[in-house]
Amino acid sequence: MSFFKKLKQSFTKTESAEEVSDKYKKGMEKTRKSFSGRINDLIARYRSVDEDFFEELEEVLITADVGVTTVMDLIDELKMEVKRRNIKDTGEMKEVISEKLVEIYYDGEAEEIEALNIQEEGLTVILVVGVNGVGKTTSIGKLANQLKQEGKHVVLAAGDTFRAGAIEQLEVWGERTGVEVIKQGAGSDPAAVIFDGIKSAKARGADILICDTAGRLQNKVNLMNELSKVNRVIEREVPGAPHEVLLVLDATTGQNALSQAKTFSEAANVSGIVLTKLDGTAKGGIVLAIRNEMNIPVKYVGLGEKVEDLQHFNAHAFVYGLFADILEEPEE
Amino acid sequence: MAFEGLADRLQSTIKKITGKGKVTEQDVNAMAREVRLALLEADVNFRVVKDLIKRIKERAIGQEVLESLTPGQQVIKVVKEELTALMGGEQSRIAVADRPPTVIMMVGLQGAGKTTSSGKLANHLRKNHNRTPMLVACDVYRPAAINQLETLGQQLNMPVFSMGTDANPVEIAEKAVEQAKADHQDYVIVDTAGRLHVDGDLMQELTEIKEKVKPDEIFLVVDAMTGQDAVNVAESFNDQLDITGVVLTKLDGDTRGGAALSIKAVTDKPIKFAGMGEKLDQLEPFHPDRMASRILGMGDVLTLIEKAQTNVDEKKAKEMEEKMRTMSFTFDDFLEQMGQVRNMGPLEDLMAMIPGANKMKGLKNAQIDERQLGQVEAIIQSMTKAERQEPGLMNASRKKRIAKGSGTTVSQVNRLLKQFEEMKKVMKQMTNMQKGKKGKGFKLPFM
Repeated sequence: MSFFKKLKQSFTKTESAEEVSDKYKKGMEKTRKSFSGRINDLIARYRSVDEDFFEELEEVLITADVGVTTVMDLIDELKMEVKRRNIKDTGEMKEVISEKLVEIYYDGEAEEIEALNIQEEGLTVILVVGVNGVGKTTSIGKLANQLKQEGKHVVLAAGDTFRAGAIEQLEVWGERTGVEVIKQGAGSDPAAVIFDGIKSAKARGADILICDTAGRLQNKVNLMNELSKVNRVIEREVPGAPHEVLLVLDATTGQNALSQAKTFSEAANVSGIVLTKLDGTAKGGIVLAIRNEMNIPVKYVGLGEKVEDLQHFNAHAFVYGLFADILEEPEE
Repeated sequence: MAFEGLADRLQSTIKKITGKGKVTEQDVNAMAREVRLALLEADVNFRVVKDLIKRIKERAIGQEVLESLTPGQQVIKVVKEELTALMGGEQSRIAVADRPPTVIMMVGLQGAGKTTSSGKLANHLRKNHNRTPMLVACDVYRPAAINQLETLGQQLNMPVFSMGTDANPVEIAEKAVEQAKADHQDYVIVDTAGRLHVDGDLMQELTEIKEKVKPDEIFLVVDAMTGQDAVNVAESFNDQLDITGVVLTKLDGDTRGGAALSIKAVTDKPIKFAGMGEKLDQLEPFHPDRMASRILGMGDVLTLIEKAQTNVDEKKAKEMEEKMRTMSFTFDDFLEQMGQVRNMGPLEDLMAMIPGANKMKGLKNAQIDERQLGQVEAIIQSMTKAERQEPGLMNASRKKRIAKGSGTTVSQVNRLLKQFEEMKKVMKQMTNMQKGKKGKGFKLPFM
């Protein structure tokens, strides 16, 4: 199990890593139990690596919302690997499977925590987008809190002028975290609110402006055009901005998440993903597909309701969380 | 559409088969594999897919498909029938309590759309059933959730019962029902906070509310975009609360909505309503057969036909057809047609319902801007009667006047004139084609 050890070692190298790993382990408890449980079960039931084994493995991965195309690719690669290493026993497959999954997650950019692109000087603008009900406003609240604790001067812009109660929701987060919220009335032009937000953030010498937007389904052309406009306003007002466009994805979402990633990237160049609600039983496997097909990295994951449950995405930690049961098995 | 539908997927397989004239079991297996992939891509849970494929294979390998002239179509038909059977029959009604008020509880994960659906449901009850609903704000956890429901209440001009964020949701629900009795409100819609199905404490809270207010309906609100996990969510909520129905939200997106099938399969509870947009009147009764088509990517032909039937006057349609054939179609007719089509709802929605619309050249990325239609209307309305009847009259000064009157430019007017002429040609072709084939048949005007 050398690969697992490597994974664990590389992950627990740093001091705080243990703490982070616990958070992932705890947050993803439900996720992991069913996922690695099924892989273990699969391996126990099949002695030899044959077509039936691969077919079932395919299903296990599909159940994790990994997506048909990615799964097919993965299975093909696994079959090659099996041939190459001449693996006959399913027991050896565990390692190969995790290794391949990890490969996709890392995608050559390994080892790094996917940090936000925050400017050393001047205003950093973060635009937060997504479909309805994925947790944009909540994620912004949590993010603002964390950035403020890091000593940044954060300002929020209430760009969701459409949904009832959205501005108030952001304001509550503003009060909780002691961060100023720039707003206009319900129904006003979001681009104008964001413009205001930029002006105010600049005037106050803020470090970071986080712009909330209304949830929109990606097939609503007019709403996507509105989003492009917001993006253009930001580009025009702050050179090099938006520095981050975060697409918030609900971990329970299925294959539609790919369509979301594609369409939102066209409207506003999405630079990272916030994967929310990973503390349920959903596997968030679509992250694999999005990374594989679109090369958009995950920057944050939501592992619970508390402010500190919004965690930097860490590929090591994520895979560790997903496979912790398998990882720890040899030591028992 | 983000994903190709089953019909597209099957095309290549079908081609091979039709060329051979004889279908082998192997071919059916190949098709079954495509069906399986299509269903999985549509987010139908794999367990459900497995059972389904087994049944489809059994039926398909029998005579039915093999001897048919178009095996591909037959397979789709079998698949659709099986899907429809699984989705259950007719849409169901909302319960009415023997002694009012009827209590409806809305439950679900965070962000599924409970609050919006509560507002829509209240609106539906008042508009279509002449009821007087009251909304109850039991989400004391999410910031401004109460505020959201109150705003909806204001928009609908409907009472909202709330006790702030410090009160206990169980108590709020209980008091609300008492209040509703006193006020003679006949429906009470309890909006609860979103929660994970694995959150023991919060699920317990729902059980307590249920025990106290004895709801006549418990609706599980589910996002149509939910993936494989829909099964776990629906199963847990149903096990713990014994839900009575499902509201499927965000169906106006481009998701295939396979979750609907999964939920029905594991809970065996009817999906009663579908959320079709952000406006408060965009809640529709759920049609299982149409959902089956949608999951397969066959377009929602039935809904389209129904919409057309209710909105287009039969007699007028006949007249119009005659005009199309004889090329005597004028701008006045055009204007009228536009009005009728727009009555059917947003054009984007209509387009999505046409099967194969995503495959037709030019239509695939056709983005219909309602505002542009407004401009077209303005241009036509700025024409004189004579001009509308006889576009040939148009000259430079007339065009200038029209552009000025409609707030557009001469080139825009020119473009419309050109499009109109082209459209007339296409219409003639289309009507002739259809006449030769069937005589009668549905067609979307001005396309």
